[in-house]
Amino acid sequence: MKIDDKTITCIACPNGCEITVSFDENGNISNISGNKCKNGIAYAQSEVTAPTRILTSSVLVENGDFPLVSVKTASPIPKELMREAVKQLAKCVVKAPVHVGDVVCGNILNTGVDVVSTANVGTK
Amino acid sequence: MENTITQQYIDKDLVIIGGGPAGLAAAAAAKENGIDDIVILERDKYAGGVLRQCIHDGFGLKIFGERLTGPEYAARYEEKIRELNIELKLNSFVLNVTPDKIVQALSPEGMLFYRAKAVILAMGCRERTRASIMLPGTRPAGVYTAGLVQRLINIDGYVPGKEAVILGSGDIGLIMARRLTLEGVNVKAVYELMSYSSGLKRNIVQCLDDYNIPLYLNHTVIEIHGRNRIEGVTVAKVDEKKQPIPGTEEFVKCDLLVLSVGLIPENELSKSAGAALNKVTGGLFVDDNMSTNKEGIFACGNVVHVHDLVDYVTLESVNAGKCAAEYIKNGSANGDIINVVPENGVRYVVPNTVHRDSQKDSVNFMFRTGNVYRDAKIAVYDGDRLIKSIKKKILTPGEMETVKLTADEIKSVKGEIHIGVEA
Repeated sequence: MKIDDKTITCIACPNGCEITVSFDENGNISNISGNKCKNGIAYAQSEVTAPTRILTSSVLVENGDFPLVSVKTASPIPKELMREAVKQLAKCVVKAPVHVGDVVCGNILNTGVDVVSTANVGTK
Repeated sequence: MENTITQQYIDKDLVIIGGGPAGLAAAAAAKENGIDDIVILERDKYAGGVLRQCIHDGFGLKIFGERLTGPEYAARYEEKIRELNIELKLNSFVLNVTPDKIVQALSPEGMLFYRAKAVILAMGCRERTRASIMLPGTRPAGVYTAGLVQRLINIDGYVPGKEAVILGSGDIGLIMARRLTLEGVNVKAVYELMSYSSGLKRNIVQCLDDYNIPLYLNHTVIEIHGRNRIEGVTVAKVDEKKQPIPGTEEFVKCDLLVLSVGLIPENELSKSAGAALNKVTGGLFVDDNMSTNKEGIFACGNVVHVHDLVDYVTLESVNAGKCAAEYIKNGSANGDIINVVPENGVRYVVPNTVHRDSQKDSVNFMFRTGNVYRDAKIAVYDGDRLIKSIKKKILTPGEMETVKLTADEIKSVKGEIHIGVEA
């Protein structure tokens, strides 16, 4: 069965390109248009097959000059795992000092993706 | 005993007010352009301004070619300030700036009086509140601005409610809808008075659509209920004049109302310095060197106009830092001044004046429209003469637009530069 064209808004950058994805008779992507850069192609492919997102959140810090440190997944994770990943991070506590890029939680939910710190937190 | 206070002035080449992205980038640029004697005054206990609480990503694509979170972007500039050995004074609240560049600050060391050769105003902006939009009803706890909720959750670690309603679909409101949801709050809906969202499209997709949070356009909150804690709001549909339509009222239960109803440049100090403000935006009037109308007082970032993206704040602030350095070394830029006038749907333009013999290769004119326009053109005129016309699929108040004019194009202007929208 022929699948209708899908129009999606690219979230790779603030341009927010409207991208149209067309499919052939076998349901495979036949054309991607409307994107201003190659990031749009990658985003559109993943969005119509297995959507992913970067997760950003925060984690408790022990003995820090801030009570929390902001974190992100080092690369996008499956969209449906976002809530579960936040729950996982709520159980996580790190010790100060923390530096940008430190791994806060390795291989979250077996995605193969590390959660890393995005801020510097000094000791109290 | 004598009762006179002797003021000890601290002489500085450059005093920068505000240690957010604008102040940090301006300081680094001034230092790189030969000015050593600089101090940045920041009222908070950390530098980086609002970036530290903007833990989401999407910053830095233009400046670093990478997708960074707010704290990462801030950390890069903090690092730069450290490397360049620029003095950064935290917990230091500036109380007054005079037209002759005396800056009075309350710091942990007591009251300080700086006598500066140049000042850069980089105070940023603040949020409009419930009072700004005259929201009726009781005055219970649980009514917050979106940026405050963001700070409570991301810096202090408090989630201030369980069931939230968001009024206003600006970017911070959208970002907070997702953040609250991920922290376990039931975000019931986002209501927007206008017929369009002032937030970026990508934020509607990744913050609302991803979590099935409904966005109601042409809707507003008309009453707040609850005595001690907010218990709910009454929302209603509005007509074309933005008046609530009788019969469309609906009660929505919530214990948290988040207001994302706009930002205003924080210009109290600019007023005390005597710098002229734009009545339309509340931002400062500046020329192509980011100089205010007061000699030696420069400005950059959200204190001039509210930006969508920190990358543009940085670019503008680098220009301010460079030009302040040039002023400290060689005095004011002289020569012919051309006025820049917004018209036909363009609400404001920055800069407001430009030097005919600008030392730059080109000047970027940044502006916003007052309405949504589809398949329109941005037209730049010198009197009747069209200098430039750029086709746009869509123009919305939520997205800042830029037109670049080359030095030759600026030189050729006989009257004023007019920037407007054409069908």
